[in-house]
Amino acid sequence: MLMDRLTLLQKIGIYIATFIFMLFILMPFIEMFRVSLRPMSHLMTADFTWWSEDFSWQAYRDMWVTVPLLGRYILNSIFIAASVTALTMVVVVPASYAYARLNFPFKAMSLGMFLAVNMFTGAVLLIPLYRVLRSLGMLNTYWAMIIPGVAFLIPTGIWLLRSYLEKIPKELEEAAYVDGASRLYTLRRVVIPLAVPGLIVVATSVFIGAYAQQFLFAIAFNNVREIQPLPAGLYEFIGYQDVTWNEMMAAALTGVLPVMLFFLFLQKYLVAGLTAGAVKE
Amino acid sequence: MTDATVQQDHVTKATRRGLSEPVFAWALIAPALVFIGFIVAWPLLETIRLSFTDATLGGESYIGLKNYVDLFNSDKFYDIVGRTFYWMFLSVTLKLVMGLIGACLLNAAIPGKALFRILIMPPWVIPIAIGVIGWKWMYNGYFGLISGLLQEFGILDERIALLSTKTSAFYSAIVTDVWVGTPMVTLFFLAAMQGVSRDLYEAAWVDGAGRWYRFRRITIPQIMPVIVSMALLSAIWTFNSFEIIWILTEGGPRGATTTLIIDTYKVAISSQRFGEGAARAVVIVVLLALFSLAYLYFLNRVNRHYGAK
Repeated sequence: MLMDRLTLLQKIGIYIATFIFMLFILMPFIEMFRVSLRPMSHLMTADFTWWSEDFSWQAYRDMWVTVPLLGRYILNSIFIAASVTALTMVVVVPASYAYARLNFPFKAMSLGMFLAVNMFTGAVLLIPLYRVLRSLGMLNTYWAMIIPGVAFLIPTGIWLLRSYLEKIPKELEEAAYVDGASRLYTLRRVVIPLAVPGLIVVATSVFIGAYAQQFLFAIAFNNVREIQPLPAGLYEFIGYQDVTWNEMMAAALTGVLPVMLFFLFLQKYLVAGLTAGAVKE
Repeated sequence: MTDATVQQDHVTKATRRGLSEPVFAWALIAPALVFIGFIVAWPLLETIRLSFTDATLGGESYIGLKNYVDLFNSDKFYDIVGRTFYWMFLSVTLKLVMGLIGACLLNAAIPGKALFRILIMPPWVIPIAIGVIGWKWMYNGYFGLISGLLQEFGILDERIALLSTKTSAFYSAIVTDVWVGTPMVTLFFLAAMQGVSRDLYEAAWVDGAGRWYRFRRITIPQIMPVIVSMALLSAIWTFNSFEIIWILTEGGPRGATTTLIIDTYKVAISSQRFGEGAARAVVIVVLLALFSLAYLYFLNRVNRHYGAK
């Protein structure tokens, strides 16, 4: 479009600015990758050098020995985030429907209460949370990392999904209802199928939240190595006196690769979904 | 059928089928409520109760307001509160500015923008702790990238361990926090910008409005609701930001990066002084609640002043 046309100079300016912006965003990854390719001896003895001749993939082989449970950590992370997502969605879908469609006493107040949960983080409630999980017998199990994760993601889930459901035309539900379908049947057979795109976006956001923030609950409520998620598992090695940084970086990058690739491919849908869901007033 | 008769129909059918609308609604919300009740509400009440005790691992007894009195009488506490708010304001402002710049860049009509939109995602979709481990390495004084590059370019004469002096540790933690938060803010702003009607821009363009004018007078006001809600959410998250500081510095050196949440964790978990920790947790909740209310109140007034929404 004519209005959007940029002069060559403007284009160059935008590319330079974008490059700097992207450098900021990607620098840690570039640096982690660079470190992962260098032998430990050279990493620690030489002064800083950007390039060196001794790049090798050795760390990507050794890391499986140094961090014997690395494979488990990676799977644990995905498993925990996926479980949190599934459980959150089961709870969030009916609640969002109620807030989007039904009228009931204390509606605004209870919704406000849910949103206020955003003000708390696990770190504030750690002590009593520890006691709750202990009395439920969940400490040192996957549940200790899943259940708190669900609770803190419910509010965001309701907030996002509610705005989707509000956009689905009411008429279809009303038609089903008038035809004699029960409320629950209408929800299951009419509303949910129509809301699938929204459900995917909300589930994706919940997954990202659950995947990004597993660290605290893992170090606080679990000390069984075998079920530790990736960040907590690796953190244990960072604390040691002699950190094999190259292997840690290799392990960290390898560990996040599956999920990262998954989201990079989904990117288009994710951004489109956020547009539809979050940008609303 | 008119609206009124549809409504009528609803009411009669609903009663005929047993479940009334409110009961059905509360049944749908119940599972979420149970979760929040067990994992947030009850622990919150318990935290409030603990804050009036001297609870440790050994046991607990009621000591009234002593924890709070001690807290409010310590200068260190006011330092920490001040630092926490400074941390929040600086970091949130930078996130919003970076997000706005990023969204404009990604929204520009240049070839390759699809690729840039993908490349911005990684910090957002990985565990926060993993990215922070990368930053921790970069800040290290001996082999770290940042110190190394600054020397290379002749800005520094010798190595600098960014996380071991007070000022540099604080601002290093800010940079990392901004890095973690920027992609999400950028993508939300970008989404909002794409939702702005093209007609507005075209009309302004026809009238001869330049890019900067269009940005200031159309883009910004149109995406204001998103900016406003992102600002509040970011503020709350940044206030409560734990993993970043904990992994980088554990609140050090000499308390330079100790925000309220770090202090709470140290007292409650590291030293196991549950009662004192609980009092700090209550202070966090109260401060955040006051901040959110003040923010919403202020927002309301601004909106009314401009006659918007």
